Formats: sequence, C-alpha cells, structure tokens
Amino acid sequence: MGNGIDQIFVDGKIWLVSQTPLVAQPIVSAVISIAALIGAFATLFALTTILERKGLGRIQNRYGPNRVGPFGILQPLADGLKAMTKEDVVPRAADHVVHFLAPLILVVPVFLALSVIPIGRNMTALDLDAGILFFFAVGAATELSVFMAGWSSRNKYSLLGAMRAIAQMISYEVPLILSSIPVILIVGSLSATAIVDAQGGYTGILPHWFLLTPWGLAGFILFMIAATAESNRSPFDLPEGESEIIAGYYIEYSGFKFALFFLGEYIGMFAVSGLAITLFLGGWHAPFPFLEFIPSYIWFFAKLLGIIALLIWVRGTVPRLRMDQLMNFAWKFMLPMTLINLLVAVLWQMMGPGWGRWLMGLALVIGPYIILGKALVGHRNWGKRTYRFAD
Amino acid sequence: MLGEGILKGMGETARNFFGSYVKADRLTTVQFPEERLPQKEAARNFPFLVYDGDTPQAGLRCVACQICEKECPPKCIYIVKSKDKKADYVGKQQLYPATFDIDTSVCMSCQICVEVCPFDAIKMDTEFELSTHDRFAALLLKKTDLAKSNEYYRKIHPSEAQETDERLAAEKAKFEAKAKADAEAKAKIAAGAKPATTPAPQAPAAPAVKPVNGAAPPADKAAATPSHNGATAAEPTTRATKPVTAPV
Repeated sequence: MGNGIDQIFVDGKIWLVSQTPLVAQPIVSAVISIAALIGAFATLFALTTILERKGLGRIQNRYGPNRVGPFGILQPLADGLKAMTKEDVVPRAADHVVHFLAPLILVVPVFLALSVIPIGRNMTALDLDAGILFFFAVGAATELSVFMAGWSSRNKYSLLGAMRAIAQMISYEVPLILSSIPVILIVGSLSATAIVDAQGGYTGILPHWFLLTPWGLAGFILFMIAATAESNRSPFDLPEGESEIIAGYYIEYSGFKFALFFLGEYIGMFAVSGLAITLFLGGWHAPFPFLEFIPSYIWFFAKLLGIIALLIWVRGTVPRLRMDQLMNFAWKFMLPMTLINLLVAVLWQMMGPGWGRWLMGLALVIGPYIILGKALVGHRNWGKRTYRFAD
Repeated sequence: MLGEGILKGMGETARNFFGSYVKADRLTTVQFPEERLPQKEAARNFPFLVYDGDTPQAGLRCVACQICEKECPPKCIYIVKSKDKKADYVGKQQLYPATFDIDTSVCMSCQICVEVCPFDAIKMDTEFELSTHDRFAALLLKKTDLAKSNEYYRKIHPSEAQETDERLAAEKAKFEAKAKADAEAKAKIAAGAKPATTPAPQAPAAPAVKPVNGAAPPADKAAATPSHNGATAAEPTTRATKPVTAPV
C-alpha cells in the first residue's frame, strides 16, 4: 500500500526539519518547501517547452525539435544555455530599473500563487485558510509586471502589447473569479485543502469531483477559457501577437530576462491549471477508487500534464482572436455565463439531492449557452460583398 | 452553435497529431544533413571554371578574354592574363588566366558571366554549403578553387552539358577539317609553286601558323573569338543562337 510512498516527501521534510535547531525550523521548513516547489515546477517548465514544441510540430505534421539528445529531449537544456549565454540588451532609452524588475515581479507572484495549490496529500506549501483569495490576489500582480515591461521598454510595440495585456487580463479576471465562486459557495471555504477534501470519496466508481455536476462542468470550461486568457496563451495571445506587434511587451527583452518572462508565463499557466485541478478535478484524488494506490502527487501532476496537453492542443488549433472579438467574448458571453452558473450552483445547493436539480442545472447551462452563443456569432447577415469603386 | 467550429478544428488537429505517428507520408520534412533531396537540374548559385581532361589548370577552357570581368554587375571577378600561351580545346594557342578570382561574398549569382562567355568556360555550380570560418580570404575563391571538371558539369547539369559538349565537339571537328583542308591546299599550292618559284622556304612554315590567325575560324564562333585580346571583344552574338536547355 502506498501510504509510505504517498507521504515520502512529507515525511522526508519533517525528518530534515527535525535535524535542525528549533529556532531555525520555521525557516528551514519554508526553504525546503520553496526549493521543492521551484525545482519541481522549473523542471516541469522545461518538460512543457519540449512537449509543446513537439506537440505543435506533430499537429502541423512536422517532427519538432529532434536534434539535441535522443528525440530532442535535451532541447530545453540547449535553450536554457542559449538564454543564459546571450547578450542582455537593454535599450538606451529604457527605464533601466523598471526594465530589470519587470521579469522578477512576474516570476515571484506566480510562484507565490503556486504555493497555495495542494500538490498531494498534506503537500501544500502554504496552507492558508483564504488560499483561493490569496491566489487571485497575487495572481493579479502579474498585470503590474506586464505593464512595467511594456512601459519601461520605451517601445511603441511594447506599450501596445502591454495595453492589450492589461485590457485582456482585467477583462478575464472577472470571469475567472466568478467561475470559481460556485465551488467556494458549495464547499463553504476559501481553503484549497478544504476544497480538495470536499471532492474526496466515490459514488460507486465515480469520484465526487465538481467537474461531474452541471455547474462544475460549465464552471470548468469557463474557468479554463478565462485561464487561457489570463496566461496569455493562444488563442488569447494578443498581447504577444508575434505577427502584429512582434512580441508585445517582450520585444526589448533578451537573454536570461526573456527566459525569466517565459518561465513566469509558464509557471503562471501551471498555477492557474493547478487551481482548475483543485477546484474542479478533485485535486490530488484518484479518478477511480481502485487507482488510489498510486501516490497523490502523481495524480496531481498527471492531471496537470493533461491540462497542459489540452492547452497545447488548443494552441495548435485555434487562431488568434481580434481585440473586439476578445472583448465581446469576455463581456457578452463569459460574464453572463459565469453569473448564470453561479445561480445554477445556488439552486443546486438549495434543491437537494435528486433528478430535479440535474434537469435544472443542465437546462440552465445549455439554454443560455445556445442563446448567448447565437447572440455572439449567430446573426451574420453578410450578403455578397460589393465594391464601390472597383466595379 | 458556438464552439462547433472549434471542436471540428480540434478533431482535425488531433487527426494530424496521431496521423503523423502512423502514416509516414504525412511528415514531409527531409532531415537535411543526413537525408538530401536530389538537386534540381535548374539549380544554380555560384560560377565555376570548367576544365577538360585530367589536369585542372592546364585544361581550363578560359582564355582570359575578360568579357565576364567586364560584364559582371557587382564586379566580383578579377582576371590577370598570362604572358605566354597554351593550346585551347581545339588546339589553338590562346592566353590563359594567370589569376582568376571570384569573390563569392560579392557575387549575386546573376549568371551573366555564363551568358557572355564565348568559350563555355564558366558555368553555374549547385554547391550551396559554402559557409566558412574566415569571412575574408575564404570567400575569395581562387582559380584553383574554381576549377571543376567537365565531368562534374555533366553531373550537375546533364542536358546543358551534353548540348555544350556536342557543340564544342562539332566546332573542334570543323576546325580540324578546315585546318586539314587548309594544310592540304597550302601543300598543294606549295607543291604546285615549288617548281616555278623560289620562295619555297616560307611555304612549309605557313600551315602551322596560318590557321591560327589567318584561316577563318569555324562558323559561328568566329565573331566572338578574340584570339589574342579580349579588349576588342565583340558582342557575343553567338549566344543568341545557342539553344537554351529547359531545366528538367
């Protein structure tokens, strides 16, 4: 039975901390947690870059990187070396201090946000009672970093990218938070650990994940859309927009600062995916009771890799939106849907067990989806295009 | 309905993703340094000098007429004429280039040097892996670097090379026939004149020298063949009649 293996890191940390003098123990405990977090997720970042490049390659019927090491798996190493040995160019007109601070200010909050995510049984680096609130609070700090980068570079494309990023991130922060509120409402706690505990247990073979309820499913999809927009990933990569504004606020960054930005972006993606797992996918719980022998952290990372694969798949499929499409989608579709979803969750809780709440939930989710979707994309009475001067 | 198109697209990309592992013909990538596609016959980049036979410098077709040097738009060719002469492909005594440099960093691969050459001495190469560690000296190709055999030319541009070879062979045959006829005529005249006139000693020497300068060189090459100095080079009108081989 895997209890020993499941708790191996927890026990190891307790043992390590107990070896140190009593006064140093809180610090040592924190340092071990931070080091483990940074180590694990930086490795995952390296793994994700290669998986993403290989996956996108395969989606486009290419091989992807396959030169460094067997099947190109050492490519992240080469990328990292390249980023570290590259010249760090700072524009003469840039605000040097802010330009230097921006990547750091991106990386610190995303790691802080990551720290409240339970990545295994008893494995939460920072187990706060208001963990979810903390997550959104520090997550909002990334916007500051993006704007610092865009403004301090003194480059018009940078600034345009930063403006787009701010507009997008603030617009999508609203549905992101609103789509996670139903979970908090049902569980009655802001603690990430409590939310994961509430999703433990099984009915027959099915887990008690919130994904398997009408409001949970809708909430998960809405949350993932908003999360994609929050982490500036395709199809919401307008702030970067390689083809229009070159690389947005990245444009004046090179070498290791660029790598830090890249790291921050990906860690942010992991953090928000981790929150999605915590809120809707049962955290570190196994999907079936007979799979519980596999350690909890493996389940967490398996789910995380699954979500990353989904994000890569979406990136390889959907083209970039236009700014007006982005805004319309946020305010005319996402916001009403999240509010309706909140209502569904409230009714679900009030109606108690039974088929009635399932019918209510499905009707209230699917109906507005169709109506709002029609309103968003439906009425296109575009006739034949006429040319005033060319004919 | 909203999302339908996205799902359809996701299906398509998923098909691509898994299909690329199953069906080899989906992956069109050529793993370049290990695998190479055969060169297209129409491929061209930098010029090289053709030589006949086995000795690169002795067999060079180039007669240092300097037409290409003058025509070259970016002026990347530098030629120094030799002081002595050597026999060219038909056996005529011609100058040869003592120095023939092409600066590949300046060359724009326009192929004008090839178009104007009346001797089929300079042709376009297909070699494209030209990177060097030295930005200056290594990019200035000397005569020794530029000389490549006619066999090589046949290999990279077969149909064009065949056409050139046939034309040169015909010219050579014509020239030899003419030289022979001239020699016979001279011999006949000499034989006929011998009994009557005295200046016999000059006559036997004539056949050896005359065909070079005096006797009309064969057919269409005549106009453009500057036998000793390219500075007076006529327009290489002969080129217009040369059939352009269609790239395969």
